[in-house]
Amino acid sequence: MSSSEPILTVDRLSVRLPPGADRTHAITEVSLSVAENELVCIVGESGSGKSMLANTIMRLLPESVTTDGGRMLFGGRDLCTATAAEMRRIRGADIAMVFQEPMTALNPLRTIGDQIGEVLDIHTDLSKADIRSRVQSLLSDVNIPDPLRAAKAYPHELSGGQRQRAMIAMALALDPKLLIADEPTTALDVTTQAQILKLIRELQQRRKTAVLFITHDFGVVAEIADRVVVMQHGVVVEHGPAKQVLRNPQHPYTRQLIAAVPPVAAPLPRKLSDETILALSGITKTYRTGGFLGRGARVTHAVRDVSLTLPKGATLGIVGESGSGKSTLARCIIRLLDPDAGSILIDGQDWARLSRGEIRGRTRQMQMVFQDPFASLNPRRKAAELVAQGPIIHGTPRHQALAEARELFELVGLDPSAADRFPHEFSGGQRQRIGLARALALKPAVLVADEPVSALDVSVQAQVLRLLTDLRERLGLSIIFITHDLRVAAQICDLVAVMKDGVVVEHGLTGDVFGRPQHPYTQALLEAIPGGDFARTAQN
Amino acid sequence: MRILSLAGRRLAASIPTLFLILIGVFLLLQLAPGDTVDAMMAQMGGGDAATARELRRFYGLDVSVPVQLANYLWRLVRLDLGFSAIYGKPVAAVILERLPPTLLLMTSALSFAFFFGLVLGVIAARGVNRWPDTLISTVGLIFYATPSFWFGLMAIVVFSIYLQWLPAGGFEDIGVVRTGIWRVLDIASHLVLPSLTLGLIFLAIYLRIMRASMLEVLNLDFVRTARAKGLDETRIITRHVLRNALLPMVTLIGLQAGTMLGGSVVVETVFSLPGLGRLAYESVVQRDLNTLLGIVFVSALLVILVNFITDLLYARLDPRITAES
Amino acid sequence: MGPVKRYFRSPAAVLGLVLLLIVIGMALSAGYFYPRDPLALAGRPLIWPFANPRFLLGTDNSGRDIAAQIFHGARISLLIGGVATLIAVTIGVMVGALAGFYGGWIDNVLMRITEAFQTLPNFVLLLVLVAVFGSTLTTVTIAVGIVAWPAPARLTRAEFLSLRSREFVQAGRTLGMRDTQLMLREILPNALPPVIVYAGVVMAVAILLESALAFLRLSDANVASWGNLIGLGRDVLRVQWYVSAIPGVAILITVLAVSLVGQGLNDALNPRLKQR
Repeated sequence: MSSSEPILTVDRLSVRLPPGADRTHAITEVSLSVAENELVCIVGESGSGKSMLANTIMRLLPESVTTDGGRMLFGGRDLCTATAAEMRRIRGADIAMVFQEPMTALNPLRTIGDQIGEVLDIHTDLSKADIRSRVQSLLSDVNIPDPLRAAKAYPHELSGGQRQRAMIAMALALDPKLLIADEPTTALDVTTQAQILKLIRELQQRRKTAVLFITHDFGVVAEIADRVVVMQHGVVVEHGPAKQVLRNPQHPYTRQLIAAVPPVAAPLPRKLSDETILALSGITKTYRTGGFLGRGARVTHAVRDVSLTLPKGATLGIVGESGSGKSTLARCIIRLLDPDAGSILIDGQDWARLSRGEIRGRTRQMQMVFQDPFASLNPRRKAAELVAQGPIIHGTPRHQALAEARELFELVGLDPSAADRFPHEFSGGQRQRIGLARALALKPAVLVADEPVSALDVSVQAQVLRLLTDLRERLGLSIIFITHDLRVAAQICDLVAVMKDGVVVEHGLTGDVFGRPQHPYTQALLEAIPGGDFARTAQN
Repeated sequence: MRILSLAGRRLAASIPTLFLILIGVFLLLQLAPGDTVDAMMAQMGGGDAATARELRRFYGLDVSVPVQLANYLWRLVRLDLGFSAIYGKPVAAVILERLPPTLLLMTSALSFAFFFGLVLGVIAARGVNRWPDTLISTVGLIFYATPSFWFGLMAIVVFSIYLQWLPAGGFEDIGVVRTGIWRVLDIASHLVLPSLTLGLIFLAIYLRIMRASMLEVLNLDFVRTARAKGLDETRIITRHVLRNALLPMVTLIGLQAGTMLGGSVVVETVFSLPGLGRLAYESVVQRDLNTLLGIVFVSALLVILVNFITDLLYARLDPRITAES
Repeated sequence: MGPVKRYFRSPAAVLGLVLLLIVIGMALSAGYFYPRDPLALAGRPLIWPFANPRFLLGTDNSGRDIAAQIFHGARISLLIGGVATLIAVTIGVMVGALAGFYGGWIDNVLMRITEAFQTLPNFVLLLVLVAVFGSTLTTVTIAVGIVAWPAPARLTRAEFLSLRSREFVQAGRTLGMRDTQLMLREILPNALPPVIVYAGVVMAVAILLESALAFLRLSDANVASWGNLIGLGRDVLRVQWYVSAIPGVAILITVLAVSLVGQGLNDALNPRLKQR
């Protein structure tokens, strides 16, 4: 931590939104500072104005959005009044930025080396050969394996983590005084995230760069921040040294955010029923893509020989990173996909053997809740209709189904009078409740939930998880819960299965798996959860 | 090499399409009132039934339709398009004679439309919702709505009849024998108006697509990255936006090749160009079904060829294409 | 802001609507203003426009009233354009929906056929159809419709493809909906708006195709069509160029109106693009 002169001082900065937005100002009188060799985290949920702040400092706002008072002092001048040409000289050279989604932040048609070299090309007089060698050393600085090949590669030829390393190399090309990182690890898997966080921390300490790190995750804050600024609705509600804010949060919103990322400790084990409601055995699903007349066909073993059992009334979590096959498994169980082999036994019926028509008749046994609260509801149907759809298909008279839908609204914590609205009039969390009500309308015995809270803000996540736990008790539901987030799994699951490359590498009681992980991959996953000590011990 | 094999595979995939077209049109033409022999007899000023029978046997029209079709396809494999009774020559020879004006016309119209569509689209996108954009978009809309044959006629009235700057029709001046560069210039002057006429609607389409695609690319994340690097707007356009924005344009050339070839029917008729399009028109009027079928075959081939070239172009522009295969 | 209000905020869209209403008005009032057969001899041939108050737009080479032909021609253009568009969009939506929803071999077969139609130059196909089935109003309309369906089919297919994998469709499946329910009640209402907007483009193309056919004298010669008149005027182009010029402007205005309305609808229904 450093007490030297601040590199950047933001002083009572306000940013005005165009008329017709949900509020007049995206940012209201925000003040903060970053010093040399200091990493400041700005934390907030969507709509807090944290990304807008980053774009304001870079002066990359859309034309309709303007600063409305305040100053941004950097290197002895106010960035608010800098000309476009002055800003161009500062961007990339003195202030650099890393974005959330490395795939779209890189030009798909140009090589990595070319795009990194461009920064050097426009800001320095280095020769082509010098630029090439600088690009090489930058790529090795960010620990990309085989920098020679990476420089010649196009973005789509690298993995997500490597792309973000390349973005960081590009940002650090000219040793900027200030690095702004806008949720740089949100789009990455947890193990990759851990590596990238470590890399940013290392580079920052080695180069004494000032870093403004934007995140929604207090785990990340605990992992890397020197100081924290908490934002809500465009206002700074709390700021201070990271340790102090984490251990002794003052503002209720900060407390709420911290409470939403509880430690990865399993809840007290509940007594599980001896009765098995769902038994999977040997589920296998293989994809064959591409290939013309059998040549060059690529075979992906999405799910390989998965056998699991779900006791009645229990919640079985299936955790894994992207590409682990967990979503494919969920879709095989509910028969949105047809498994190549294996059986899915419910009530003595093997769902894997049923025809499409037979499944249509048995949808009351098993229902699904989807990930994306925006894509999972037909935008042209009213909420009540969406919920009543299932029973109507299965022969319930329309008026009765609609009346029941309103009751379900109450059950999932929505105002029944909102039943006549269209999906776009609800917030993300409310939409997810509608999705839940739609699944529950058929009174299923088993609920398959595919990342049901991943698209939600952390505070909303907590509410939906509470609702799910509550409904499980009241309705005696048995749940298959797919998630990439071990903290979420720890909160709700009685049992977990860890998947990697289509295979279940470890499964058992949540407390056992997370408390005494046996498989190296499970250990790596737990190790990678940001926040380290904070996530495990801080709050006891 | 990978690019070539990819495009080659696409080319191979279009062979069934070609057969589908030929079989479809062949069967369709069976429904036409009268066959080639009827047309010939009409041209000869009538004849008796015996002659007609004789002729039908000669042209292989006396067997069942499936056999005729099989015969036709078998001859096609050997690149024999049959005999045109009207022109008294093999269809292949007739078509080959008419091909150069059409190819020239299409190339020049396409170049004109593509180049100006690109430039105007970029200008419009740079000044979006300001007067250059409004002007260009309005002109584009009017061009789009203009029937090409009518534009051709009006161009003749203005440039050939009143101003007398350009010839009103024909492929070259047949009154004077020219050689070398003079002949080239003469043909070029004959092609100016037809190319403008044919290219006009495509200019309108290309500029609209280019504008939209520029605006879309300008909104993508990597443009923000480029700005964050400190690039100025000109470099952002030339280095990052243009190539990405060109992709839909290239796709469009392939998709519209057929429409353009179809448009040449009308344009060649207006400007009395002895090309493939005019031949198509004449063979419909004269009921020369053999030639019409030959034109169908050749124009489908041309479209497939243009698509092959645009595939190559696209694969060169977009490295992601070759990776997917 | 609702789509209707958004539509009327665009001057271009309003202009398009006004022009379209004028053309529709001409078509509806043709019988009232010009009750006689527009193709009947009316006066001396080749009277210049505004030269004789009886023939405001002059007469053509055979002494027929140009204004009467313009009014009656509006009927033909709108009729052929409208019906052909209906045919093209209906075929296109059916083919595109089946191909996009089912994928696999159904998609393969249907797309091969669509590709065949797109590989064959559309005007050449139109010539073949007219050569085979003749040049009556009905056959020409159907032929234009048959030539124009591939583009809406591709558009519908793309919409179905992307909507089919959306979670709300999967949710419908898990609720136990049949394929027809999924296609007609879940996907189609969401896929239709862009297709309906695209119908403006199809109609513009259809009107242009018919007028080109008429210009080549391959359309129905027994109706007053703008394309026919332009073709007729070609014979006197050197001096009486107005015979061709006037109906051309009529076509231009009609196609412009249809395109402007289509684009206005598009912007009104997809406000995201307009806000930039």
